[in-house]
Amino acid sequence: MKYVPLVWAALWRRKARTIFTLLSLTAAFLLLGTLQAANSLFSGGSINLSAPIMIVQARVSFTSPLPMRLLPQIEAVPGVDSVSHSQFFGGVYKDVRNFFPQFAVNPERWRRTFLECKLPDEQYQAWQQSRTGAIAGRQLADRFGWKVGDRIPLTSQIWPLKNGDRAWTFDLVGIFDDAAKGSCSRQGNFYIRYDYFDEGRQFGQGGAGIYVLRLHDPSQAESVARQVDALFENSPDETKTQTEKDFSLNFLRQLGNLNLILTGITIAVFFSILLVSGNTMSQAVRERIPELAVLKTIGFGDGSVLGLVLAESLLMCVIGGLAGMLLSVLLLKVISKLPFGFPPVTADLHVWLFAAASMLGLSLAVGILPALRAKNLSIIEALTVR
Amino acid sequence: MKQILAVTWMNLRSIPSRTMTSLVVVIGIALVVGVLVAMLSMGKGFEHTLKGTGSESRALMLSAGVTAELSSYIDPGMTSLLRELPGIRRDAAGRPLASAELLVITEIKRGGGDVNVALRGVEPAGLAMRPEIHLAEGRMFKPGLREVIAGRAAARQFSGIGVGSRLQFRGSEWEVVGLFDSDGDAHESELWTDADTARSAFGRPGASAILAELDPAQPPAEALKALKVTVAADPRFQVDVLGERDYYSSQSQGVTDNINFITVFITVIMAFGAVFGALNTMYSAVAARQIEIATLRAIGFSGLPVMISVLAESVALALVGALAGAAGAYLGFNGLTTSTLGQNFTQVAFSFAVTPDLVRRGLSWALGIGLIGGFFPALKAIRQPVAEALRGA
Repeated sequence: MKYVPLVWAALWRRKARTIFTLLSLTAAFLLLGTLQAANSLFSGGSINLSAPIMIVQARVSFTSPLPMRLLPQIEAVPGVDSVSHSQFFGGVYKDVRNFFPQFAVNPERWRRTFLECKLPDEQYQAWQQSRTGAIAGRQLADRFGWKVGDRIPLTSQIWPLKNGDRAWTFDLVGIFDDAAKGSCSRQGNFYIRYDYFDEGRQFGQGGAGIYVLRLHDPSQAESVARQVDALFENSPDETKTQTEKDFSLNFLRQLGNLNLILTGITIAVFFSILLVSGNTMSQAVRERIPELAVLKTIGFGDGSVLGLVLAESLLMCVIGGLAGMLLSVLLLKVISKLPFGFPPVTADLHVWLFAAASMLGLSLAVGILPALRAKNLSIIEALTVR
Repeated sequence: MKQILAVTWMNLRSIPSRTMTSLVVVIGIALVVGVLVAMLSMGKGFEHTLKGTGSESRALMLSAGVTAELSSYIDPGMTSLLRELPGIRRDAAGRPLASAELLVITEIKRGGGDVNVALRGVEPAGLAMRPEIHLAEGRMFKPGLREVIAGRAAARQFSGIGVGSRLQFRGSEWEVVGLFDSDGDAHESELWTDADTARSAFGRPGASAILAELDPAQPPAEALKALKVTVAADPRFQVDVLGERDYYSSQSQGVTDNINFITVFITVIMAFGAVFGALNTMYSAVAARQIEIATLRAIGFSGLPVMISVLAESVALALVGALAGAAGAYLGFNGLTTSTLGQNFTQVAFSFAVTPDLVRRGLSWALGIGLIGGFFPALKAIRQPVAEALRGA
């Protein structure tokens, strides 16, 4: 501990070089932190979908609506607490870039199935009273500054009205929020009433979309999936039942092998920072050879000198790395506020562990050769350098 | 001028004496440019595939107001009317060259998961008017039978697609009876079957879109305009008419915009890191040349040649790095095939395309990094008082 000032002084011996190296490290860890957070999202690490929710879709594709008549059979499967049906509406709010998902649902079923989201009682009553009523998540309402009572125009890309017009209008009657802190992952969604939608649309009547099941016990997921799928096997309405988490992951994976791309970039970033900080450390030791020899002369052992250089390298990597990681947390916060409809990406424990391991590994990798050089220094030779 | 050349040349020749620190710049920039070019080549490849789809002489009719075939639906009553419109070319037997096609999404296995693949029901005219489609293996599907032909890219990208393999859609089995080429365009990622077979199997009597060959009596642009006017003037139709090529070109926008955005984000941060690395290297290069520079100044060289020699060094290192990075991206990725979700929510296979334009973009980023990384050290080099610099050594 008493050597901290010594290491600190050594680190700042060449201010400009240290600052540039630290900034380089900061940039690298800013990128590493952000990319790893994204990676952890794609590999399912930080998807917050532990609720016992399953999705039943048409085997052929989730874009093919399942008919409403399957409902009683699915509801009767043991272990299923409640069933909601959900048809993707595909509406555009003013501009395509304002994308957010909308679904046609039955309010009563919605309330029984999505227990993680809370809609105030009087707003729920209002939704049941109003056929054109719709509800939005808190996050979505904040994004567009909506208040209860607003009229929301949506142009459906999929469903024209009977007269061929695509412009639908809904009345916002409620805004739902977390039931417990952070529980409602559907806050970016918008829900309209199925009965109004089904009557109004030009074609497709009787199609339910997908079914969302709430299980009594999440450990029954596999058996429920098997039973549901067995009901409709070899019929034109074959189903595929999976947990909501698997459903979402499969969706993200369709974008491509993102994991591979992110890993590739991470390696490139890591390698370039290895060079920059390695160069700095080796220069730092090379310039200080006479000083290090003096340290040895006044009684520092070989081990201590090795430790001093490694400590300097560790200090440098940790300062730069932490600065970068903090920036990446900040950046992720900003991104999640942007109106892109990105799923919330956060730096979870995995990301921090990865970052800590990287800082440690990096400081060892760039510090070890200079440190060994310092350790093996012969005092006589070093002092006669000049 | 002569001074500038002499000092710069002398300096460039002395780079080998600073190999280690110079490598930091070269490799650092190579990595930035490599990542940049590789990422952008993905967007470029996707764009090439979509822009290469379709023909100037064909028009696509979609329901009004939609942006993609997937969300379009035209009633069976309307399809027969649209098909007969004037301005659509007719074949020798007098039948219109128009194909009312149904596009549905199916899920096909790939690795551990399922991916969305487009199944397109085409009418005989749809095959007749697309000369780019060639059957490469097997035979054509027969109307009325649950048979499909698969695009080459679909067969490569997804598991279990080959002549003779069987796929399960909506409770019944479909046989893959052939594979087709389509000049590497977006259709090569699709499965094709007979339109009526698809309509009855998927319970959708209408069409997603109608593809029509324009009457060759007029140049394509005018024929297209005329068809647009005809359709717009008839109140029975709620249909948009688009040039087929324009439609597919517009479909690449979303994906390439996303890729470009992410790439620039990553490159900016990596470039920052590289600039600081370059600054370190160039400051130490100037320090190593301290005596040389001071001597030059003492014997009468002005600041400019010295400054330019420093800048030339960092720019030269940056450009070498950029070329190495671009070459790496080319060797590692060019031609590599992959696929992503297109606008229709289905997988579109494409190949990474490292184009000269992308290499130029990589070079200009490197130039920027080199200039910034060299400028401040160059300034320091000429600001140093000569006497002090000579004594410092």
